[in-house]
Amino acid sequence: MKVRSSVFASLCLILEICGIALFLRGFFPAPVKSSFTLKSKLSDQPAEPGPADAGNSSKVPPALFNRVVVLLIDALREDFVYGAKGRRFMPYTRSLIERGSSLSFVAKARPPTVTMPRIKALTTGSIPGFIDVVMNLNSAALLEDNLIWQAREAGKRLAFFGDDTWLRLFPKHFKLFDGTTSFFVSDYTEVDNNVTRHLDAVLKWHDWDILILHYLGLDHIGHLSGPHSSLVGPKLIEMDDVLKKIHTSLISEETEGILPNLLVLCGDHGMSETGSHGGSSEPEVNTPLVLLSSAFGRKAGLEKPEPVEQVDLVPTLALGLGLPIPQNNVGRLLQSAFQGTPLRQQLRYLHLNAVQLSLLLKDSSPHFHKEEGHELFRVAQKSHANWVKLYLEGNASEVLLNVGKKVLKQYLDALKAMNAALSRQLGKYDMYSMVLGMVLILQVLLLLLLAMPEALSGAAEVELLLGPSLLSLPFFLLCLLAVAVHVLVCTSVGALCFPCNLHWGVAIVLFTAASAGLCLLLGLAARRLAPTGRPATKSAGDSGRFSELDVLLLAGSVGHTLSLAASSFIEEEHQTWYFLLNTLCLVVFQDVCRKYFREKRPPADDGALLAPHDKPAHSSSSNRKWLALTTPLITLTSCRLLRSLNQTGVQWAHLPDLGHWLTSSEHKGALSLLAAGSLLLVFILVQRRCSLVSKIALVLGLLGVYSYRAAVGNVLFPWQQDGRDLSKGVLEARFVYVFVLGILFTGAKDLLRSQVAVADGGLRSRGLWEVYAGLVLLAALVSRPHNLPVLSGCLLIQVAMTRFIWRDLQYDTAQVTIMHYWFGQAFFYFQGNSNNIGTVDISAGFIGLETYVEAPAFLLTAFSTYTGPLLWTFHLAWYLTSRQDSRAVPSLGHGCFCLALLRSMPAAAYIIMVTALRYHLFIWSVFSPKLLYESAHTLVITVVCLFFTAMDQKPTMRL
Amino acid sequence: MWDQEIKGMASAHVILAGTILMATVMPTILLQNFSVYQTHLVWLYSVAGLVAAVNIALFWLLGVGPAAKRNSLGHKVSRLIRCCLYFCLSCLFFHVVVLLYGAPLLQSVLETFSLAVLLSTFTTLRCLCLLGPNIQAWIRVFSRDGAMSVWDTSLQITTACSIMGAWLGAFPIPLDWDRPWQVWPIPCTLGATLGFLSGLVIAPAWIHWHRQHLTYKTK
Ligand SMILES: [Zn+2]
Ligand SMILES: [Zn+2]
Repeated sequence: MKVRSSVFASLCLILEICGIALFLRGFFPAPVKSSFTLKSKLSDQPAEPGPADAGNSSKVPPALFNRVVVLLIDALREDFVYGAKGRRFMPYTRSLIERGSSLSFVAKARPPTVTMPRIKALTTGSIPGFIDVVMNLNSAALLEDNLIWQAREAGKRLAFFGDDTWLRLFPKHFKLFDGTTSFFVSDYTEVDNNVTRHLDAVLKWHDWDILILHYLGLDHIGHLSGPHSSLVGPKLIEMDDVLKKIHTSLISEETEGILPNLLVLCGDHGMSETGSHGGSSEPEVNTPLVLLSSAFGRKAGLEKPEPVEQVDLVPTLALGLGLPIPQNNVGRLLQSAFQGTPLRQQLRYLHLNAVQLSLLLKDSSPHFHKEEGHELFRVAQKSHANWVKLYLEGNASEVLLNVGKKVLKQYLDALKAMNAALSRQLGKYDMYSMVLGMVLILQVLLLLLLAMPEALSGAAEVELLLGPSLLSLPFFLLCLLAVAVHVLVCTSVGALCFPCNLHWGVAIVLFTAASAGLCLLLGLAARRLAPTGRPATKSAGDSGRFSELDVLLLAGSVGHTLSLAASSFIEEEHQTWYFLLNTLCLVVFQDVCRKYFREKRPPADDGALLAPHDKPAHSSSSNRKWLALTTPLITLTSCRLLRSLNQTGVQWAHLPDLGHWLTSSEHKGALSLLAAGSLLLVFILVQRRCSLVSKIALVLGLLGVYSYRAAVGNVLFPWQQDGRDLSKGVLEARFVYVFVLGILFTGAKDLLRSQVAVADGGLRSRGLWEVYAGLVLLAALVSRPHNLPVLSGCLLIQVAMTRFIWRDLQYDTAQVTIMHYWFGQAFFYFQGNSNNIGTVDISAGFIGLETYVEAPAFLLTAFSTYTGPLLWTFHLAWYLTSRQDSRAVPSLGHGCFCLALLRSMPAAAYIIMVTALRYHLFIWSVFSPKLLYESAHTLVITVVCLFFTAMDQKPTMRL
Repeated sequence: MWDQEIKGMASAHVILAGTILMATVMPTILLQNFSVYQTHLVWLYSVAGLVAAVNIALFWLLGVGPAAKRNSLGHKVSRLIRCCLYFCLSCLFFHVVVLLYGAPLLQSVLETFSLAVLLSTFTTLRCLCLLGPNIQAWIRVFSRDGAMSVWDTSLQITTACSIMGAWLGAFPIPLDWDRPWQVWPIPCTLGATLGFLSGLVIAPAWIHWHRQHLTYKTK
């Protein structure tokens, strides 16, 4: 069976996506979660250990606190309270910490330090898996056992003001609430005023027991201008005032007879030196945690705050409020908060926490008996029972106290060990899924490599021996072997691996596909190896003709793949691409020089062939020569300018860049001019090949883009009334969408007509250009205004390269494809992207939408992130089609195949490297986000390849 | 004749390599607080200056340089001026290329320019010594199969190696090892120097190995 190389490449990529999905499922462990479906209940708490007849109740000890206020300040870094900034800007808080009745800790947040997983951690006590970041966009109601649910069940009245993520996580849980969206990241006053305006009234009312306040302003300031911004100080002073107001109000209403109140000040995560968050650097992870209550003893002075885990707040709050501990909690209670209670009660608290942790441990690990923590817990429980017996017998207080202290220590040790065991669970990988995924991915890569000579030949077809290999004996043997291994693995490890939980039908299909792929691979390999004589000599002849460009393209692709093994090169991957691109331009420049200056050489032995070509129309050709010579230089210069637009990466991310300069409010005029100029340039460059209708649509669309940016307040609009307040620009954005769809529709119409009408080859390339124009318009809408030069630069380079370089220097399809891929990668980083999840521009998902709608938001965000690679690959499709008209070479198939190979190579290599480095220190902060980016990129390229395949339809119906 | 020419070139290369070594060792004796990393620019200029001086002296003595057609003083002076001009232009050219590669635009201009000077010393200066300020000859030597003598091949190899060395030298910069030699432009200058040194070694060896295949057109 012969398949076209584009079809072959697409099939391979689809198989690869399956492999990657399987690998990801194994790599990102599901968070430690008990399989319990019910939530903890007050009624079935474990009884206090001790003699059975004694009056040891199974009740949770009574609450310690009357009312609780949680003041959560987003991105509150540890040094904003405990450091120099805290001394200057938060005097009231500092005085309380130093001399008041308070407990202060440094709470370590687990990466990913993003708001939603942190809120989950602070309410459930569990450590959300990495994959929760991806779900950060889509915060559905939290169904796990959590504090908020427990509090509501216990009849507590809850009030909430702040980030509306909480309202989405806990719908109908709050009696009083007002959510604010963090829609405009540039707004840092309104979001907080929305919270504070309720404060006075709420503090006077007495119809709540738990009040949660989530302030977003500080986080927004961080994103805008970093932790050292002049805006941070006033914001901290504002927060200090809020704390003072709450604290004085809580203190004033405390009277004899009722329990004291508790005020908790905490942050969900810190912020890095650049003001972002998401990673695992110290300033992002360390947050302050201050408990203020008259229940705690007064302190003499400032001591160094003790480091604890963020989740430790959960059992502390639960027991302090007399609630059961949420089931999935891995935190240990903060012992110092319970110091004031009698020893029996203290031991009881520790016991409850230990029982809960041991149940979770039992549930999540089949070998829990071997865990040290489990043993420690059993011993502690036993001595606890003895102590209770002693206590009930009314033993001498001195002995009792000493034994009690010992039990307490035993419990603390047990808690520590169990917490460690549970944390280790997080780092467990499902190796079986990972190996299966890797096998699939490697198969795909080898298939592509082995099929390369056939697929890139003139016929662009790959011969697949599907029939013979599916009927052969090895195929059945392989299937049997795979199933046998599957059964063996699944019986030995239990049902812990994902593939073992698959339906057996799905598993069999998977194994059959894998075995078939392996057989095809063997067939291809056998065919490659069989006629040893001829191809070997041919390839030797080929390697002699490698030009500098070929060497660079090959070495660059391979070198980039290898560089992914180092975490620094992943963090600074943009540097790799910029570097390679620069070298590419210089090599192209050398090629151009060689072409145009060779004729001056007197002997001109091999230049003689070209010389007569250049002779006629001398004036225009010399003009052309100079334009061709300047093209690589223009490309180099514009790349240099674009790279200074967005400083990305990690090491040099703090350096000032043009983007920050442009987005600051003083330079709004410059930004407006730049945006308008870029849009104009985009129009000039795109309209040349468009039909009249599309041209008009393009003009209106680009005007719409500008007015959208003006409506959102990014750029100035001439004749704009001053008093107009900012809107979401929904109307303007939808106006643009209409034209985007219109242009795409005209393009699609042309493409469909070209499929039917065989003769008109130009029709298809025109249609592709229109599709491309539509995408450019969409890109102009979703890219941030200071990134519009990236778009115009992209178009400029494409036009210049097409006119003077790619055609004239007769680069073949593979070379042009690799160049497009490299440019696409570089433009991905020019946009300000990086290999950190934090740089994804989520705001693009809200353009033209009133509220969050999942599907369009996801698509728009993906498009805005991958604008660079997408525009370059679509340009490649157009370029190859338009060139195909003149030559009888199936360029599209070749291009598609090269793209698939270019993507599979780093993806496969990276997946193997990640598996090898899975215990690396930076696995969660550097390698995992990159893995997600690689997967997303592979998905994008797969979609593009499917598009290529659809376009590659050969006009076969030549009747 | 053939062997003699190779031998002459090899000894010239040995002297050049020795010069670089000298330029690294001498300041340690003469200057206090000298180290390749801390006082990098001093090292750089000592290498560049000595290599330039030795290059010029060597080619003057060996007489390998281009045969001058006219020997008038005015002609010589104009050649000299053109050589200086070309050298400055090449420094500027390398500076711009390094800037395009992403060197900071305003910060550490001196360091960037010093790298350009070093690269020019390793490449352009040798071209000027061997070929004179004659662009046509340069184009001939650096186009494919353009070498017409052992010296041309050596020039090709050392130039390519120096530039490749500087190019490869840029790779350790992003690594987060926080070593003193990772500061801009130390890896690139060291890379260029090492590349130049290896070029000096490779060139005679390569010519020696390929002497059967090398068929130089006689001038
Ligand atoms: Zn946050
Ligand atoms: Zn944030």
